[in-house]
Amino acid sequence: MTQYIVLSAILFTIGCVGVLTRRNAIVVFMCVELMLNACNLAFVAFAKQHGNLDGQITAFFVMVVAAAEVVIGLAIIMTIFRTRRSASVDDASLLKY
Amino acid sequence: MTEFVKPSIQYFELWPLLAVFGVACLGVVIEAFAPRAVRYTAQVTVALLGLVGALVGVVLVARDVQSYDDGAARGVFAVGGTIAVDGPSLFIWGLVLSLAIAGVLLFAERHLDGGVSAFAGQAATVPGTDAETAAIAARREHTEVYPLMMFAVFGMMLFPAANDLLTMFVGLEVLSLPLYLLSGLARRRRLLSQESALKYFLLGAFSSGFFLYGAALLYGYAGSMDFAAINEAVRNDVGSSSLLLIGTGLLSVGLLFKVGAVPFQAWTPDVYQGAPTPVVAFMAAGTKVAAFGALMRLFYVALGADRWSWQPMLWIIAILSMFVGAALAITQSDIKRLLAYSSVAHTGFILTGVLGVQASDQLAVGEITSLQAVLFYLTTYGFATIGAFAVVSLVRDSGGETTAIERWAGLGKESPVVAAVFAFFLLAMAGIPLTSGFVGKLAVFSAALAAGAWPVVVAAVLASIVAAFLYVRVIKVMYFDEPVGAGPSVAYPSVLTATTIAVGAALTLVLGVIPGPVLDLAGVAGEFIR
Repeated sequence: MTQYIVLSAILFTIGCVGVLTRRNAIVVFMCVELMLNACNLAFVAFAKQHGNLDGQITAFFVMVVAAAEVVIGLAIIMTIFRTRRSASVDDASLLKY
Repeated sequence: MTEFVKPSIQYFELWPLLAVFGVACLGVVIEAFAPRAVRYTAQVTVALLGLVGALVGVVLVARDVQSYDDGAARGVFAVGGTIAVDGPSLFIWGLVLSLAIAGVLLFAERHLDGGVSAFAGQAATVPGTDAETAAIAARREHTEVYPLMMFAVFGMMLFPAANDLLTMFVGLEVLSLPLYLLSGLARRRRLLSQESALKYFLLGAFSSGFFLYGAALLYGYAGSMDFAAINEAVRNDVGSSSLLLIGTGLLSVGLLFKVGAVPFQAWTPDVYQGAPTPVVAFMAAGTKVAAFGALMRLFYVALGADRWSWQPMLWIIAILSMFVGAALAITQSDIKRLLAYSSVAHTGFILTGVLGVQASDQLAVGEITSLQAVLFYLTTYGFATIGAFAVVSLVRDSGGETTAIERWAGLGKESPVVAAVFAFFLLAMAGIPLTSGFVGKLAVFSAALAAGAWPVVVAAVLASIVAAFLYVRVIKVMYFDEPVGAGPSVAYPSVLTATTIAVGAALTLVLGVIPGPVLDLAGVAGEFIR
């Protein structure tokens, strides 16, 4: 049981570090998805531990939400890429101070 | 494993939610089938009718709700205990719907920019290309913004009423996703707008990841997503307390990001500056109301028994938000960024109220509960903010809105009415007596004092003085500085924006002079049902 939670924590941390260090918006976004999937693993593992279905059902909802997020996110990244010919989060730096 | 039980749906109590959701879906259908020429009229009419219908529903439900379990709180649980339709929910629903009606009026404004709305003609075209010029020449408009906004309103209503972690997460996402898109749809300065959408989206998705992992850990701790069950587990101290503490921390990251508290405020100035002004007006007011509702329900209902763990954290975050927000606002040269940092400072003031006494039976005579104080503050803040941003959309030059503060010099001579109204909103945000902001601040400070959080209140009073300086500085620029070059010009708004500003200013004055009725209403809202 603990192994699954530890694995999900590791995945979540990898995603988190990825968001903070990667520079390509698509890769940053993939790291966010990794975080959501780490959550799913934790939900399912805890559902098994507690012997109820809440966590498993939540995992389905999270998948749907993640899919919706992909639609919105890729649309926004696409418009930025078409305007700037770059998906780097460092290039999008007009707004500051 | 338990048997699956079909939840009963309380259609009457959920009518406001269902009306807004139905109108959002209807908007999508209109967008798909109605000819382009009638879409604007159809969308605005449908959106306004839906919101008004939902608002009437809120009043009817509020008159009807009974005391829950013979306690002080009134309300019912709907859809198998996942949504709590109680006093605070209904108050927040009413407030969000009123702000959304003002938001629709601002969205529909077409007078300011030569007969077209503030949204991109065709968002898919690349800025500076022939396709964009053609779309502008054809006077294209994105009427999709109305259904998107309705979905956001639906999320704003679901988020504070959610009574389990899953519903709260879904509400959070339904509220956020349309706002990410709306931020990127400005007609002018599209690069800034798209950049703000990208930043808002990436940071928002990041923070909702934290929220979700926190939810997973709390579920692991309590074995249930339901707030009452989590509270029961905390009371009986069932599991590993590290799961509870880490879970609480991660959940707060998600929620504090949404309310824009320091240290999760980084997105606020960028999004407020880049996004179209009507969107900012609606989002700044609505998101804060909804997210504070959700934050209080989570902390009071689910984690109330564990308050000694989270209160010190909120103390520090409240103090940081007030000072960092006020200090950084002083250094800004853009009016929308300044209002963004001022909203960060206001988040700190509202958090001060969240630290107050929760239960009315623990109060001395004349003291008010934290919920009453915060709900009142949110009302004052919401209308002052939406009004202030509506005024920002009026001050323009040839390139669209002029948001640089130095370009506002001489506004007092150019348009005394607009300058006076804006100065009034700023004074309300500073908390000067006879404005709603003063009563709001008084309410949250006394609520926090009643709970013994006097260090936070002292800090809040000091931060108010710093903040007052920055608002007065803008007023000085408007009235006493010599205009640079041609000076600002004020676009003449249609009745839509004018109504919004007038109602915002009137409420800000009325709530400052006779705050009693709304304070009583917030008091009648009572407590969360548990």
